[in-house]
Amino acid sequence: MILNFLEWLGNTSGSISLLESLYVWPLLESAHVLSLGLFVGTVVMNDLRLLGWTMQSIPVSEITRRLLPWTRMGFTVMVITGLLIFYSNPVRYYQNIFFRVKVLLLIVAGLNAFVFHRGVHQRVLEWPLETPPPHQARVAGAVSLVAWALIVVTGRMIAYNWFDCSIQPQPDWVNWAAGCVIQP
Amino acid sequence: MLLPVFEWCDATALGAAIRNSLWLFPVIEAVHLLGLSVLGGALLVVDLRLLGLGLKKQTIAELAAQMRPWLLGAVLVMGATGLLLFLSEAVKCYYNNAFWLKIWTLPAALLFSFTVRARVASAGGLHTSLPTRLVGAISIALWFTVAAAGRWIGFSG
Repeated sequence: MILNFLEWLGNTSGSISLLESLYVWPLLESAHVLSLGLFVGTVVMNDLRLLGWTMQSIPVSEITRRLLPWTRMGFTVMVITGLLIFYSNPVRYYQNIFFRVKVLLLIVAGLNAFVFHRGVHQRVLEWPLETPPPHQARVAGAVSLVAWALIVVTGRMIAYNWFDCSIQPQPDWVNWAAGCVIQP
Repeated sequence: MLLPVFEWCDATALGAAIRNSLWLFPVIEAVHLLGLSVLGGALLVVDLRLLGLGLKKQTIAELAAQMRPWLLGAVLVMGATGLLLFLSEAVKCYYNNAFWLKIWTLPAALLFSFTVRARVASAGGLHTSLPTRLVGAISIALWFTVAAAGRWIGFSG
C-alpha cells in the first residue's frame, strides 16, 4: 500500500520535474549537505559538551540555550530539503537499504534526545559545571554522536545503487531488507 | 602546464586503488563529510560569537581556545580524505570549474583562519566590534564557498 502511494507520488508532475531538473535538484542536495555544518556541527559541539570533552567551564544550560536556535534552523533546512529530495524519487529511496537504516537511526536519535530532555536535562541547572557531567548526560551525548555520525554515513551511501531492487540478482536478505518486489 | 602534475596524481597507485575499488571512494567521501560536520561546528561556535550571536557570556578568546583542537582535527581529517579523493580523480578535477574555485578559496580560508581570525579571536573579550563581526562574516563566507564548491565538484563536469 505504501509502495502504491509512493509510485503515485513519483508520477506526479512535481516529482518528475524535480528529478529531471538541471539545477534545482543539485541545489537542493547541496543545501542538504551544507546544512550538515550548521545542524550536525552544533549538535556535535553540544554532545561533546555533554561528554565533558570541551567547553567544560561553560554551563550546559548556557550552551543549549545559545546553540539550540541554530541547531533548529539547520534542522529545518535539513528536513525541508530532505523531504523534497525524497519526493523527487520516492520509490527508489523507499526501497534503498541505506535510506531505511537512516530512517531507523533518525528515530533512535530522536528518541535519545526525547529521553534526555525528559530525564537528566530537567535538572540541568543542578549540574552546571559538574565534571565529568552526570552519567545519563554522557550516555545521551555519546548515543547522539554515534547516531548522527551513522546517519551522515548512511545518508551519503544512499547515492549508490549496489543494493537497488533494479540490480538483480541480489541475496535474499537484501531483497527482503529493501522490500523489493520480485516478479516470479 | 599543470596537466602533467594532475596526470601524475591520477596515475599514483593510491589514486588507482581508490578509483578501482567499489567502496573505497564512498567510504572516504563519508569520512570527509563527518569531518565537515565537526569543522562546521568548530567554526560556527566561534564565528557566531564573533558576530555577537552565540555564547555571549563567554569571551571570544575562551571559545576560540576550546574549539581550536576540534578545528585542527577536522581540518586534518578533511585534508587527508580530500587529498585521497583528489588522487582518485585528479584529471577529472583538472577540467572541473568547481574544483578550481575550491582550490583557490580553500588556501584563502585556511590562511585567514590561522592568521587574521586566530589573532582577532585570541585577543577577543566579551564585546563584539566591527572588526570581530567582519572577521566572523568573512570566515563564514569563505568556508561556505569552499564547501559549496566542493559539493559542486560532483555535479559539474
